Amino acid sequence: MFKKVLITVWNSDISPRFDLTSEVVIVALNDEGSVLQERTVVLPHASAEELCHLILTEEAGLVICGGIEEEYHQYLTWKKVEVSDSVMGPWDRALEQVRAGEPVAGSVFYDRGPRQADA
Amino acid sequence: MIYSAYNYKIMFEKLMDSCLDPAVAGLFKSPVVLSSLLEPLPLGVVIVDPERRVLLMNQALEALTGFTRDEVRGVPCYAVLRGNVCMHQCPVLEAEAGGQPIRREGDLINRGREKIPVRLTSVPVRDPQGALVGHLETFEDIRLLQQLNEKFHQPFSFGQLIGRSLKMEELFRILPVVARTDSSVLITGETGTGKDMVAEALHQASGRAKEPFIKVNCGALPETLMESELFGHSKGAFTGAVGDKPGRIRLAHNGTLYLTEIGDLPLSLQVKLLTFLDDKIVYPLGSTRGFQAEVRVVTATHRHLERMVREGRFREDLLFRLNVVRLHLPPLRERSEDLPLLMDHFLGAFSLRFQKKVRDFSQEVRRILQTYPYPGNVRELRNIVEYAANICQEEVIKPEHLPIYIFENASLSERAVAQKEEAFLPPLGEVGSGTSGMNWPEIERRLIVEALVRSKGRKSRAAEILGWGRSTLWRKMKHYELNS
Repeated sequence: MFKKVLITVWNSDISPRFDLTSEVVIVALNDEGSVLQERTVVLPHASAEELCHLILTEEAGLVICGGIEEEYHQYLTWKKVEVSDSVMGPWDRALEQVRAGEPVAGSVFYDRGPRQADA
Repeated sequence: MIYSAYNYKIMFEKLMDSCLDPAVAGLFKSPVVLSSLLEPLPLGVVIVDPERRVLLMNQALEALTGFTRDEVRGVPCYAVLRGNVCMHQCPVLEAEAGGQPIRREGDLINRGREKIPVRLTSVPVRDPQGALVGHLETFEDIRLLQQLNEKFHQPFSFGQLIGRSLKMEELFRILPVVARTDSSVLITGETGTGKDMVAEALHQASGRAKEPFIKVNCGALPETLMESELFGHSKGAFTGAVGDKPGRIRLAHNGTLYLTEIGDLPLSLQVKLLTFLDDKIVYPLGSTRGFQAEVRVVTATHRHLERMVREGRFREDLLFRLNVVRLHLPPLRERSEDLPLLMDHFLGAFSLRFQKKVRDFSQEVRRILQTYPYPGNVRELRNIVEYAANICQEEVIKPEHLPIYIFENASLSERAVAQKEEAFLPPLGEVGSGTSGMNWPEIERRLIVEALVRSKGRKSRAAEILGWGRSTLWRKMKHYELNS
């Protein structure tokens, strides 16, 4: 049994916009959270519809993204794809949290410096 | 991006020392808290450091994005704002490079997963030595503005129909959708409202535009001729049928068959039309060989078909088949807000066609035309403007350039309107019911007669009434053979 996670990527961060994403990382995890396979897919052009199609074709169980419009969120949820949106920061740190079995929706993974740490 | 504590201190020292409660010093007598300046603004404001990380944002931007300042402090602005311009043409970077404020329109997706159109402005902030210390960005929610623009730019024409009234806007929204389907359409409305224009425009906007558009007036021919006209006949079907005739339905194959005045179709033909609508096969008179005709049927009437059904003058089953999509064209009196638009439209068109310099209506004329009841609807308005454009020798149309019947027969026109409102039937064609449906020479001839009657045959007075010279009147009387 494994779980496929699709992360929308922009540079090394999670893409702020689902509909403007042109690169995704698809990671297959086993039940223990180990990475079985990881690959990057570059889309010919950014399109929310095509990205939804890719997500369904890849049979991803979890999508991690930044901002996503309600209609795509509802569509994917209806298709039984879990969507963790409003995630900010480097995508690999978000993946680490997923591997640890923690929810990521709404999480901020940027290192916000000593003030944040002090607080 | 991961920032070390050292980097953080270097970059944030200048701006973040007091960023939780920053103050503006030197502007007022005593320092004021920056948030007290930014909070009341209806504009979303964010202040970011040179690395584009959020230092401060006001309440308006919190409401717009759905994130609180505490949640996103230190987070790159593009991850918080999620604007389309942030990803493609970051205005902060552009403003930094050019040293000038940058203004853009775009959209952002907020935490509530709404896409919001915004106008953003990015301004680089520098210290007195000119060193870049951060950026100030403002975000204006332009949803309302866009809605207004959409409203303003909503289609106000379809084919040759124009209008800005709510009823017409609604119609213009439906028509393109209806045009793309193959459903039967029944167009209702009083005479002169533009039923024929809608039918033709529907055809032109449909996938059948390159195929024939065949119009048949069901009230124009006697029953026997109509049958032959619609369904065709074969050679020898009746006396005088010297050859095969295909019929209008067959001619409309792959195109649109427009049956106007469908309410005037005799009952016997209603049955035959019903059979055709069911089977889509045309049997010409005197022939047993049918033709499979693939036509879209559009019908129109100014009559109240439901009432005719109740009275047994129209078949209910035919009405059900024709009444798949019902389009009702409102009479002009119910779309009076379109009057100025239509008046100016017709005036421009006729001035151009007649090569006249008439460019406007006087205020008095506008008042008169806006209060006239128009029993003949848009067609009558067009005739009035055509008349005025012909008569007027100046740049502005004045009351004396309008047809006399407007003033004389106002009560008759109102009565005609009342009758139509009551019965949804056409006027009975009484002499004083206006000139709708008449062409220009007919109107002109009638006006000359009216002027002569009013002047008791005195041509000089009649010429005065008409606003013409005597020679013009004489010439026109001769043209219309009124001299004897």
